[in-house]
Amino acid sequence: MADLQRLRDAFRTSLDLPADTPVDELQYQDNAQWDSLAHMSLIAAIEDEFSIMIDTDDVINMSSFQEAVRILGKYGVAFNE
Amino acid sequence: MSVFTLPQAAKETALVKELSELVAHHRAACPPYARILDASGAGDRFDTVADLPWLPVRLFKNLELKSIGDDEVFKVLTSSGTTGEVSRIYLDKAAAATQTRMLGATVQSVLGPKRLPMLLVDTKSLLKDRRSFSARGAGVLGMATFGRDHVWALDSDGKPDVDAIRGFLAAHGDQPFLIFGFTYLVWLHLYEVAREHGLDLSNGTLIHSGGWKKLVDQAVDPDEFRRRLRVDAGLTRVHNFYGMVEQIGTIFLEGPSGGSLYCPDFADVVVRDPDTWAELPPGKPGLLEVVSTLPTSYPGHVLLTEDLGVVHGVDDGDWPGKRFSVRGRLPRAEARGCSDTYQGGAAPRAGAIA
Repeated sequence: MADLQRLRDAFRTSLDLPADTPVDELQYQDNAQWDSLAHMSLIAAIEDEFSIMIDTDDVINMSSFQEAVRILGKYGVAFNE
Repeated sequence: MSVFTLPQAAKETALVKELSELVAHHRAACPPYARILDASGAGDRFDTVADLPWLPVRLFKNLELKSIGDDEVFKVLTSSGTTGEVSRIYLDKAAAATQTRMLGATVQSVLGPKRLPMLLVDTKSLLKDRRSFSARGAGVLGMATFGRDHVWALDSDGKPDVDAIRGFLAAHGDQPFLIFGFTYLVWLHLYEVAREHGLDLSNGTLIHSGGWKKLVDQAVDPDEFRRRLRVDAGLTRVHNFYGMVEQIGTIFLEGPSGGSLYCPDFADVVVRDPDTWAELPPGKPGLLEVVSTLPTSYPGHVLLTEDLGVVHGVDDGDWPGKRFSVRGRLPRAEARGCSDTYQGGAAPRAGAIA
């Protein structure tokens, strides 16, 4: 089981958000910080953090924090919160 | 997974239905589009793709053409033309997501589902101002999604960064990797460097775009480009593509054996005689029309380009459907479709350009 906090931190770092920003409801198309360049950083950060390699379709589909949680499940990363 | 699956007859049937629905949709949602269609006498029943009413692509530079409300506009894409005029393309959230997904599906037809280590034949300074990318920056960034461990092959002055290219190949050159860049940059700054330094690109897949105009001085045409990359750098997987911001998400991709571009299942091309607008058969060059079911938020589903093209064959190549190539731009006067310009004899006729 992985700590959801690690995923939250990956989002905050990649999207340049303050450390205590709530991110659980974040949506790609509703957040100005989360542009296509930040998306690439986010994918790289998540891959590093959880030591996985994410396929193209999942990069395209990772359009919200909750979707990221779901997609990571496919790669064997389950969260304990 | 591939989006190059439909033989021409099946594609024609599917596209006529979907594109007819899009004509009706845009007619109802985009008043300037409806006025153009009414003025040109377009009906509402179409038997073939070639029957569908087209818009000259230039209109997106002159008119605000969108089929969504102002409050639904999520992204406005612009492309700078050679004269400084700018096309404005309006996407809502659904259209933005669809174009990314379908571009992804198209590229995965040749790359597979895994993201490959990626050498970008461009400079990172392209993305310096992240609030306002150039069309080139947006193109590079759009394609970067399909790679990982990105390395830029050019330094901030746009010169080849030989150490970076060598470093990339040392780390990833022994397994499949992806190279992306604009055609003339690949030629001038990757091919030349690879030849000079004896670099091995044999595990690479190159995806490139941007036209051949800048390579005329080098006497490089598409065949020579492929041949020299193969002979001098071992690069055999090479895919050119053709696409435009006015039909974002739709690209026509060169097949594995080269020489022809193919249409994904949701798109097609029609070549027209610039004098009569009649559809021309394979082998006859003319004005290229591109159709796609992706444009739902703006009426870009049937566009007459200003490019010359020729269909080489139908259902007889690497993938089903039409295969074609682009032969450069129509001289500007001709693109207006003014028949008077032909009679002076100054502008070349399409048939003479092949």
